Amino acid sequence: MDLHIRPILVALRRHKAGTVLIALQIALTLAIVCNAIFIIHARLANLSEASGVDEANVFVIENQWAAEQPTAQVDAQVQADLLALRQLPAVRDATPANGYPLQGGGWDNFVTLTPEQTQPVTDSAVYMGDEHFIDSLGLRLIAGRNFRPGDVMVMGTQQAITPPVVIVSKALAERLFPDGSALGKSFYAMGSTPSTIVGIVDPLHRQGVDQWSNGYAGQALIWPLRADDGRGIFYIVRAKPGQLAAAMREAPKALYAQSRMRVIDPKDGIQDYATIRHKVYDSDRGMAILMGIICVVLLAITAAGIVGLTSFWVGQRRKQIGVRRALGATRGDILGYFLTENFLIAGGGALLGIVLAVGFNLWMMARFEMARLPAWYVLAGVLVLLLLGQGAVMAPALRASRVSPVEATRSV
Amino acid sequence: MFRYYLDLALRSLRRSPGLTALMILTIGFGVAASMTAWSVFRAVSGDPIPWKSSRLYVPQIDMWGPSAQVGNNDPDKGPPDALDYEDAVALMRDHRATLQSAMYMVGPAVVPSQPGKHPINVSGHAVFSEFFPLVDAPFAYGNGWSANDDTQRANVVVISGKLNDKVFGGGNSVGKTLDMEGRDYRVVGVLGDWHPQPTYYDVVNAGGFNIDPEDVFLPFNTAISIGMPNQGNTNCNVVPQAGFVGLQHSSCIWIAYLAQLDDAAAAQAYKTYLEGVARQRYPSWAPNVRLRGLMEWLDYEHVVPPDTKVSLLVALGLLLVCLVNTAGLLLAKFLRRSGEIGVRRALGAPRTAIYAQFLTEAGMIGAAGGVLGLLLTGIGVASVGLVMPRDIAALARVDVSLLLTTLLVAVVASVLAALYPTFRASRVQPAWQLKSN
Repeated sequence: MDLHIRPILVALRRHKAGTVLIALQIALTLAIVCNAIFIIHARLANLSEASGVDEANVFVIENQWAAEQPTAQVDAQVQADLLALRQLPAVRDATPANGYPLQGGGWDNFVTLTPEQTQPVTDSAVYMGDEHFIDSLGLRLIAGRNFRPGDVMVMGTQQAITPPVVIVSKALAERLFPDGSALGKSFYAMGSTPSTIVGIVDPLHRQGVDQWSNGYAGQALIWPLRADDGRGIFYIVRAKPGQLAAAMREAPKALYAQSRMRVIDPKDGIQDYATIRHKVYDSDRGMAILMGIICVVLLAITAAGIVGLTSFWVGQRRKQIGVRRALGATRGDILGYFLTENFLIAGGGALLGIVLAVGFNLWMMARFEMARLPAWYVLAGVLVLLLLGQGAVMAPALRASRVSPVEATRSV
Repeated sequence: MFRYYLDLALRSLRRSPGLTALMILTIGFGVAASMTAWSVFRAVSGDPIPWKSSRLYVPQIDMWGPSAQVGNNDPDKGPPDALDYEDAVALMRDHRATLQSAMYMVGPAVVPSQPGKHPINVSGHAVFSEFFPLVDAPFAYGNGWSANDDTQRANVVVISGKLNDKVFGGGNSVGKTLDMEGRDYRVVGVLGDWHPQPTYYDVVNAGGFNIDPEDVFLPFNTAISIGMPNQGNTNCNVVPQAGFVGLQHSSCIWIAYLAQLDDAAAAQAYKTYLEGVARQRYPSWAPNVRLRGLMEWLDYEHVVPPDTKVSLLVALGLLLVCLVNTAGLLLAKFLRRSGEIGVRRALGAPRTAIYAQFLTEAGMIGAAGGVLGLLLTGIGVASVGLVMPRDIAALARVDVSLLLTTLLVAVVASVLAALYPTFRASRVQPAWQLKSN
């Protein structure tokens, strides 16, 4: 098919306003859709982040104490609770904890390699648990050993204790000792005494999913401590395979049988990991859906706009089309004319759109801590919009190609 | 004359129902998307205490010194965003503002008096007596406690209406006894409907937005003396000594502070006072203090979730595309009627008449789009909960001002979109049109 671009350009010059409006619309659509899809992709990536937990079988009990007690009394109660939980028929293992991956509680400590260092190497999420922590969460120990019962120390409310041994996540081990020699080395985490790495697990997510912690993703340490906080404690419980529901029913009963002076919120005091994951990524999923809806609406509106304006042009040029047909142009020539015309307009719009998309992304990076938009997103967006334009123009162009040569002889 | 234009517009719209429907849909969707996003943004960025926010201030003092600024991302290198215990107590003792309160978050367990009921966990704040007039908290029954109760460390408590219903079955519970953590507190006041969003008096800990209001308020000094632990964030530069008492002697920050200063001069004087405090307490570095007004503070703490801003921006982008789209379609529609315009102009209609006619037509499309937009906005706001966190979605509401804004935006947007097409239509040369026919 022989496409003549020059006559198309000449004709477009007579429809400057319409051409500019369609091109502008395509440019804006491209800019918004690229950035929206980029947001969707980033949010969906969050949704599938690994926690390291055996999520199908693990649940968390948030247990608060109804009255203040001295640490020794809390510790006795915690030990009794754990014994009761571990004896339940549906339960495989249970651990005390100050927080759990993805969501709740816990804190961060700065990590240094020497006690004098003022500028920390990095930041690590701090988990506390006993020798059952790894099995209760279902973590994968890739090097070294688990804690021994003798390693576990007691920590009261707002006490700061630095145990001599620690298990770290692979991400933290590699950040501190990039040569892979972490096992057996020691570091300081805001204490005056060091902790020696006896084991490495992989992966282990931090307690939160806040954006500020993205730079410290996956960096966590576990200290062998029973966090006997006077306010409350988390029990992380792993059910035997397939017995999650039974274990979640039995656990609070067993705890209340131990003592009634506790508060387990009936609404969200006990949560399985599916619920936790769902809640934590609520806003990410929501943003992805919202951006998806906006993209679909945008593309639909732009396509409809192209159909509308091209239909008008076809209607306006029926006579000229008739003349071309009478002079020997085939249907294919007419179809090709409109497709090429649209391609030129959409191409021009896309060029402007690339600039807008990158500009919009740069601005979002400065204001909202977005990442840089990869080039292939923009290229894919350009391709999608060009195809959308061709698809939208098809119906009016086909109608144009069916204009009979007789039209040339009719007056309007 | 206007009725004539309305009639013309109706005829013209009826002549091309497809194009008309397309324009109405475009305007409707564009307006609804931006209005839904706006309703959420409006809810989260609003002023929680509009009649007073200009007189409320949050003081900050740098108790950590320049060495702690190494990892500070804040370009302003401001002080930490809460106070340590000793600074807070010093400010309370000096009492330089009209009203002021240091406060920290607590989460005690309340043991219901009825036998057989489980203890329930509640959230609240330990505050000073001036807190209630400071935030203009409305009371359903009773009142706050007195300054004397503050110094005497009285076992008194102010509870929310909701907790009152839950524990005492509602009614005037002033004088009744509430068991918290095994201690008895005398109820001195029951709050009325009070649920400021965001929880501006302690955004660092109470977060931005919560579905439930806080349940208990008890005297700060009482809570400290019995060692009721802090439920909010504790942020330390140096690891503190053990226990709650260790925390009180540390430079860890965990206390929020709100002060009322009635005019600019008072605020200036307070800032000078803060500098004096900083110079006296931390002589080894230059005083680094801030005194932010409440709204400035909320902005500084990024209380508005960035997601709502991004959504609003993207929705406005969608509206812009809809505008451009409508402009294109209107251009096509108007120019198609060049013949008609030519006849009207030849018969003596001035350009202003053409303007009036076509802008009326655009306004009608806008109004129709607005009505569709209203419907879609209603659906949008009702289903915000599906895509935004529950606590934020719950704040979005449809009200008269939102409805009016929706209609107004739709009509103004359509008329704006019609400006250029109308201009082109008014330039149609009557002679050319008549000749070519």
